Amino acid sequence: MPAVTAPERAPRGASVMPDTPGWARWANDHRKWLFAAPAMAFVAVLIIFPLAWTVYLSLTDSAGSVRAESEFIGFRNYVDVLSDTDRFWPAVARTGAFTGVALFFEVVLGMAIALLLWRPFRGEKWVRVAILLPLVATPVAVGMMWRLIFDPNIGLANQALGWIGIGPQPWLAGQHTALPTTIFIDIWQWTPMVVLILLAGLTSLSDEPQEAAMIDGASAWQRFRHVTLPLLMPTVIVAILLRGIDALKTFDILYATKGRGGGSFHEVETLNVYAYGLSFDYNEYGLSSTVLILFFLIIIGSMWALTARRKGADR
Amino acid sequence: MRPSTGFKVFRTTALIVVVTSLVAPLVWMVAASLKTNVDIYDSAKALVFTPTLDNYGTVLQQANYVQFIVNSLWVAFAATALSLVLGVPAAYSMSRFNMRKSALVVLMARVIPGVSLLVPWYYVFSNLRMVGGFGVLILSHMFVSLPLIVYIMMGFFDGLPEELEEAALVDGLTHIGAFRRITLPLSVPGIATAGILSFIFSWNNFMFALVLSGADTKTLPVAIFDFVGYASIDWGGLMAATTVVTLPIMVIALFVQKYIVSGLTAGATKG
Repeated sequence: MPAVTAPERAPRGASVMPDTPGWARWANDHRKWLFAAPAMAFVAVLIIFPLAWTVYLSLTDSAGSVRAESEFIGFRNYVDVLSDTDRFWPAVARTGAFTGVALFFEVVLGMAIALLLWRPFRGEKWVRVAILLPLVATPVAVGMMWRLIFDPNIGLANQALGWIGIGPQPWLAGQHTALPTTIFIDIWQWTPMVVLILLAGLTSLSDEPQEAAMIDGASAWQRFRHVTLPLLMPTVIVAILLRGIDALKTFDILYATKGRGGGSFHEVETLNVYAYGLSFDYNEYGLSSTVLILFFLIIIGSMWALTARRKGADR
Repeated sequence: MRPSTGFKVFRTTALIVVVTSLVAPLVWMVAASLKTNVDIYDSAKALVFTPTLDNYGTVLQQANYVQFIVNSLWVAFAATALSLVLGVPAAYSMSRFNMRKSALVVLMARVIPGVSLLVPWYYVFSNLRMVGGFGVLILSHMFVSLPLIVYIMMGFFDGLPEELEEAALVDGLTHIGAFRRITLPLSVPGIATAGILSFIFSWNNFMFALVLSGADTKTLPVAIFDFVGYASIDWGGLMAATTVVTLPIMVIALFVQKYIVSGLTAGATKG
């Protein structure tokens, strides 16, 4: 209603409006969609259309070249992929292990560091700078940096183990140690992200519940477990959600440390690395689209499970 | 609530451990970039060595890195600028008219695996003879920047009181005029946050440039791989290259720390 009454209350507004050209008034009336439409169109053309195409490709035997003739084969790709215990299911397991272990350490360490930084202290500014550095560093470069540190022959890691009398480890070069080592790199780079989110949550909490618990004689651990943590839970879920989505999709550090196919034994081949290889190393577009659709469903499913828990926690 | 002395000692010790483990690997990277390959292989020269800038000479002259630095800057700048032009008005509309479903569509882009877009993009853009050019790189990086900017700016506009615009309407401005002359100038901190973060994400992006860039349009994260051979790795050159990629962004981060933190934590505490 203010649009109707404004000219009466403000004569100046009434005198300006007739001067404005018709197109400007039209733009003004349709600003809601005029503002939103370009971005929405961009998203539609660059995201929704390719996504629909991916769904279509997953139902065909497209391979070799995307321009080559391909046949509609229904759900045969899905049967093939879901019964593939050689590459697909191990990749699912690696994706789950990578995300689960990395998230666990990132949240636990992130919480501990955020609690250390919660109350002001001298030199706070410098600690915060140090926390920001891994976060903004280029992931591919981070992968290369750790590749040197974990090099079995010349790396700092084995040198340091030597000082405390432990023999050299293969790290990224070992068939069973490669995945844990890449998880370590992910934890190094992304724990700071969790710290920043949790710290923002902690600073937005009010002091009163803490003080009340203190007067009641609660110990530091009791105050954390029964006062701070429940209040902070919504922020913890947001941190897990944001970090979890990115961890599931990790590509850069895996490609930088192990190259194509996640290494010669596919030891760090997660779903994202597998789908990339199917698309751009083997040109199996039908199969890779199927893997991607299943991967996408896994991501959506885990997000949904988390947000459902979040709503449950609110009640 | 004053912390006890015991806690202070514990906190200082713990924080020294944290800071060391975050910073030491980066220091090691820069140190290796200043060593000859002979010194890198010599564990006796781990900390005491004669620094040399030879590796940087290799990176900047032989490996054509000046070109790749310019490429990275251009792609990140263009993707950020275009995303701001599209994203800021869209975020404003979505915040003021409460278009949560439309917002969800844009934010979907944060969830979708990038590989699933690359095959259709590659097909369409190779038909348009655009693969290997800057246009397609900028478009693909906008796929990362635009949702990020919409997400940050929506949160910002949600917190900007509508009364200011209503006052401008009473004074005779149109709605679009009020957005341009009142809302936009007040949004500079939000736009700076969104822009800086979008620039960093574009600078660091690897997968899209890996598939869509050509030999002349390569960005820095892809160019790093020039130092990794099948048989051997030029460690000194590689570490100089990684330093060239990461150091500028870390130096920038020191100066705009506040914006980066507020961008990364945007919307995290709304519950």
